[in-house]
Amino acid sequence: MKALKFLIPLVVFIVLAAFCAYALVQNHDPHEVPSPLIDKPAPEFALTRLDQPGQTIHRADLLGKVWMLNVWASWCEACRDEHPHLVEFARLKALPIYGLDYKDQREPAQAWLAERGNPYDASLFDANGRVGIDFGVYGVPETFIIDKQGVIRFKHIGALTPDVLQGKVLPLLRKLNG
Amino acid sequence: MADARRHLLAALLAAVAALPAFAAAAPPSAPAATATASAASVEGSAPAVAKFEAPTARPTAADPALEARMLAIAGELRCLVCQNQTIADSHADLAVDLRQEVREMLQKGETPEQIRKYMTDRYGDFVLYRPPLKASTAALWLGPAVLLAVALLALVLVIRKRARLADDQFEPEPMLDDGIEAVDASSTRPGSPA
Repeated sequence: MKALKFLIPLVVFIVLAAFCAYALVQNHDPHEVPSPLIDKPAPEFALTRLDQPGQTIHRADLLGKVWMLNVWASWCEACRDEHPHLVEFARLKALPIYGLDYKDQREPAQAWLAERGNPYDASLFDANGRVGIDFGVYGVPETFIIDKQGVIRFKHIGALTPDVLQGKVLPLLRKLNG
Repeated sequence: MADARRHLLAALLAAVAALPAFAAAAPPSAPAATATASAASVEGSAPAVAKFEAPTARPTAADPALEARMLAIAGELRCLVCQNQTIADSHADLAVDLRQEVREMLQKGETPEQIRKYMTDRYGDFVLYRPPLKASTAALWLGPAVLLAVALLALVLVIRKRARLADDQFEPEPMLDDGIEAVDASSTRPGSPA
C-alpha cells in the first residue's frame, strides 16, 4: 500500500486530465443554451400578420397540425444565410412554416421577404419582442417545431442548414405525423 | 520515501490551490467565490438578493426605488446574449427588454421569486447566476467543500505522521540561497547523515 503512494499525484493528474479532455471533446457551444420549453406547451400568443395588420393569428388557430415557427428579422445577419435553405425547404411543403418577425418594422421586413422569397405561410409580427421572450428567444434566427397538441418538440438555435432540415426536422416530422 | 511524501504534499497543496479554479470550471456557471459561503442561503435566497448591487446601477427611471429593486434582481440573472454579463449590466437589446419586463412585474407586485421563475421557465437554470441546489448541481455546491475537507484531512494526517518521525528520517535541506553548490554545501552541515 505504502509503495503505491507515489502514484497519487499521477491519479489526481489523470482525473483532472479526464475532465479537461471531456470538456474539449464534447464539442459544446456555450451559446447553445438548452431550452426548458422542449416538451412543454408553446406559450400563448395573438399576433397580427406581417402582411395583414388587421388579421390576428392565435396559438389556438394552429392546433391540430405540426408546424414550424421560424424566428427571423430583416436586421438579422444570420437570417440571410439561412433564408435560401428555408425557401428551398418550403417547396417540399412538408409542414406549414410560420415566421415570427422579431423586433422588426413592417416595411423593411416585407421588402426583405419580397427580395429574398417568402417561405412562410404567414409571418407573425412581434414588434416589441414579447412573444419572442415567451418562446425564450435570445438570438435570431431560432426555429421551433410544434406538434398537433401545441407542444414544442424541437428547437434549433442559429441558422438552419440543409443538414438540420434533412437530418433532424424531416425525421421528427415523420415521427410526429406517423 | 521522504521524496514520495514531499510529492504527496506538493500535490495536496496544488489541489487546495486549484480548488477555486476547479469550482469555476466544472459546471457552466459556478460563482466560485460565493459557492460555499452562500450555500446556506440557497433555499430562502430572497433576502440575500438585496446585498447584490449591480455594478452599473444607474437609476434612471422615475422611481429610483423600483429601479434599485429591478437592478438587484437583474444583477443575478445572466444575459443570454452576452453570456458573461448580467441582465443588469448588458446593453444587449434582449437585456434591455428583460429589464423592462422585470420592472413591469415588480410594478404588478410580483415577488423576486416569481420573476426568477418567469426567467427560468423561458431560459432554464442557465440564467441564474446562483444555481439552485438540486441533484444535478450537488457536485457544484458541495464539491469544493468536500475537496477542501479531503485535502485538509490528508494534510493533517501527513503533518502528524511527519511530526512523529525522528530528525534523521528527513533529507537535509539543500542550501537554496546557493543553488549551484546545494548538494555539496548541505552534506557538510552538522546533523546530516554521512
